[in-house]
Amino acid sequence: MAQIRVENLRKSFDQFAAVQGSNFTIDDGAFFAMLGPSGCGKTTTLRMIAGLELPTEGKILLDNEDVTFQRASARDIAFVFQLFALYPHMNVAENIGFPLKCQGMARRDIHQRVQETAKLLRIEHLLSSKTSKLSGGDRQRVALGRAIVRRPKAFLMDEPLGALDSEFRHLMCSELRDLHDRIGATTVYVTHDQLEAMSMADRIAVMNEGRVEQIGFPQEIYDRPASMFVADFIGSPPMNFLRFEAGLRSGDRTISFHDTSIAVPEIREDRASAGMALGVRPEHIRFADAAPVRGEVFGAEYLGTTQIVTVDTAHGRIAARLPSSAPVRIGERVGLEFRSERLALFDVASGLAIRTANEGSADHG
Amino acid sequence: MTAVLTKSTAHSIVEASPRAKAVAGGLVILYAVITILPLLWIVATAFKSQSDAIAYPPKVIFEPTLEGYVNLFTVRTRQTPDFIAKLPPPETWYDKLVRQRDMVIAGPSKVVPRFVNSLIIGFGSTFLAVFLGTLAAYAFSRFRIPLADDLLFFILSTRMMPPVAVAIPIYLMYRELNLTDTRLGMILLYTAVNVSLAVWLLKGFIDEIPREYEEAALVDGYTRLQALRKVVLPQAVTGIAATAIFCLIFSWNEYAFAVLLTSGEAQTMPPFIPFIIGEGGQDWPAVAAATTLFVVPIVLFTVLLRKHLLRGITFGAVRK
Repeated sequence: MAQIRVENLRKSFDQFAAVQGSNFTIDDGAFFAMLGPSGCGKTTTLRMIAGLELPTEGKILLDNEDVTFQRASARDIAFVFQLFALYPHMNVAENIGFPLKCQGMARRDIHQRVQETAKLLRIEHLLSSKTSKLSGGDRQRVALGRAIVRRPKAFLMDEPLGALDSEFRHLMCSELRDLHDRIGATTVYVTHDQLEAMSMADRIAVMNEGRVEQIGFPQEIYDRPASMFVADFIGSPPMNFLRFEAGLRSGDRTISFHDTSIAVPEIREDRASAGMALGVRPEHIRFADAAPVRGEVFGAEYLGTTQIVTVDTAHGRIAARLPSSAPVRIGERVGLEFRSERLALFDVASGLAIRTANEGSADHG
Repeated sequence: MTAVLTKSTAHSIVEASPRAKAVAGGLVILYAVITILPLLWIVATAFKSQSDAIAYPPKVIFEPTLEGYVNLFTVRTRQTPDFIAKLPPPETWYDKLVRQRDMVIAGPSKVVPRFVNSLIIGFGSTFLAVFLGTLAAYAFSRFRIPLADDLLFFILSTRMMPPVAVAIPIYLMYRELNLTDTRLGMILLYTAVNVSLAVWLLKGFIDEIPREYEEAALVDGYTRLQALRKVVLPQAVTGIAATAIFCLIFSWNEYAFAVLLTSGEAQTMPPFIPFIIGEGGQDWPAVAAATTLFVVPIVLFTVLLRKHLLRGITFGAVRK
C-alpha cells in the first residue's frame, strides 16, 4: 500500500490545459474521490497517476518515489476502467489471472491467487464463463478482481460504476467500500456522481476546469464549501445564492442584505464593498411569516419524507427542503427564514468563500 | 383504437416478409450463377480435348481428358509416326497420351517455377503489407502524430493513380537497383502498393477496439509492444484477415507490372498464362488448366478465412 503525492501537476493538450497545477496528498489506505463535472480534468489526473498519460509539468510520488515518467507497468498500481475493459478473448479466470501472467508467475500460483480473489468477490462460480455472457455487475466484479489479484500499491478507478444501472450501482457502492475496508488499499476513485463520492470516500477533491477547488472530508465539503462552484456542484438541489452588495467587517454577526439585515456566522475577515452572495442550503430554510426575505411559491416537488419547494423572490428562485407534511399552496406569499449558523458567504468576483465562524470552527478538521 | 394499433403493428420492421425473402434469394442465386458459370466453364474446358474446346456450338457434354493438364506441365516435340513407332513403349500414362498425337515429351514446362514465384511473391508481399500496415495503423490510431491527417491522405493518394502510370519510372529505378526480374523486387513493389490499403483498412479496425484494453494491459505489466501483440492483435484478427485477402488478391492477380518487370526468373503466373496460348496452336485446355490451378490458392485462402471475412467487411460499418 502506498501514499500518493501529486505536486503542481499540469497537463496540456495542444492549446487546452486539462489539468492546471494540482497539489494533493492521498494518505496510505485512504479512499480518495476526485469529483467534478465532465471535462474537469479528474480522469486526466488519474491517468497521469497511472502512467497512461505523461504530465506536461509537475511530479507524482508513490511512497516518496518519483514515478512521474515511469512506465505504467513499473508503477505497481491497478486501474479499473469505466467500460471494464475485460479482454474478450479470455474467460473470467484468465482475465483475473492476466496481470499475474504478465509478471511471469507460475501457473499453479496464478490459479490459487485467482481462486482467492474470486472468493473475496464471490464470483467463484463464474470463473470459467465467457466475459461476454456476464451481467454488468459481474463484469465489474471481474474487473475489480483483475485489479486486486496483484495486490498493487494502489487502485485507480475511473467511474467504475458509470456503466451500471442505478440499482446495481447502489449495491456496488457498498461492495466497493466493503472491499476497501477489508484490503485497506489506497484507492483513488474518479466520479461525477456526488452521491457515490459522498457515500464511499474518506476524502474528496472537487475539481473544476482543471483545478482542484477543494479537498476535504465529505461533510466538510458539503457544509463549508470553499467556493461557489463547490457549493453549487454538491447537494441536490444545490445551494441557493442570494446576491447582495455590501462591505464586511471582521467580528460582525450580521450582514446588511439589501434593506434588511440577516444574521450570519461571525465574519472573520474584512472586505470592502463588493458583490457578495449569501449561500443557503435548501434544508436550512423555513417558512416564517415575519421573515424579511419574501416570495411567492412557484412549485413543490414531493420526495417522500421531504419536499422541495421553489419560491420566486426578488433575489431569484430559491429552493427549500421542507418536511412533506408542511402545507404548501402554489401562489401563496411566504417569508423565508434561514438557519443563521449554517449560512455561507461568497465573494462573487472570485467565487471564493469568505471566512466565517462556520468555517473557522473546523478549519483543520 | 385497439384495432388500428393491431393493424399497424401487423408487419414487422425487423423480419422481412416471405415475398421479400424470396426475391432476395432469387437475386442472390442469379448473381451466383452469373459469377460462377465462367469459372465452371474454365474448369470444364481444362478437361476437354483441343477440338472440343473450340467446337461450335460449345459442347457441354464431352469426353474428359487430361491432355490439357499434361500439355500445361510439359514441353513436347512433334515427331513422325515412324520415329514414335521405333521408340520403346511409353512408361507412363502421360507419355502414352502425348504419343497418340504424334508427339513426345521433351521435358517439364515452366509452370511449376512460375507458380512457386506467384506463391512466394503473393504471400510474401501480403505478409509484409499486413505486417507494416498493422504497425502503421496502430500508430495512427493510438498516438498523437504530427500531421496525421496529411500523412494518411498522402498514403491514400498513392492509390489514386493507375499503377501503370508509374511503370516506366519504376522500371528505370529497378534496372538501376538490379531488382528487375527478381522475387525481392516484386515483393517490394506489391508491398508498396498494398500497404496503403492495409493502413487504411486496419486503422478502421483498430479504431474500433477500445483503447482501454491495452491500457489495462499496460497497467497490468505489459510493454506497449506486448500489449499490441497479446491484446490488440487477437481482437483485430478479423480485420487483419480481411485486409490480407484484399492484399493477396491484388498481388496474386497483378499483371501489368509483372509483364513489365519479370521475364524469366521471377515471372509470376499472370504473364505466364498467355504464353501457353502461343505454344503449338491455340491450346485452350492447357490455358484453362493453368487458370484453374491459378485460382485454387486464392479460393482456399478465402474459404479458410471466410469466417473472419464476413465479419471483417461489415465490421466498423456501425458505430456502437
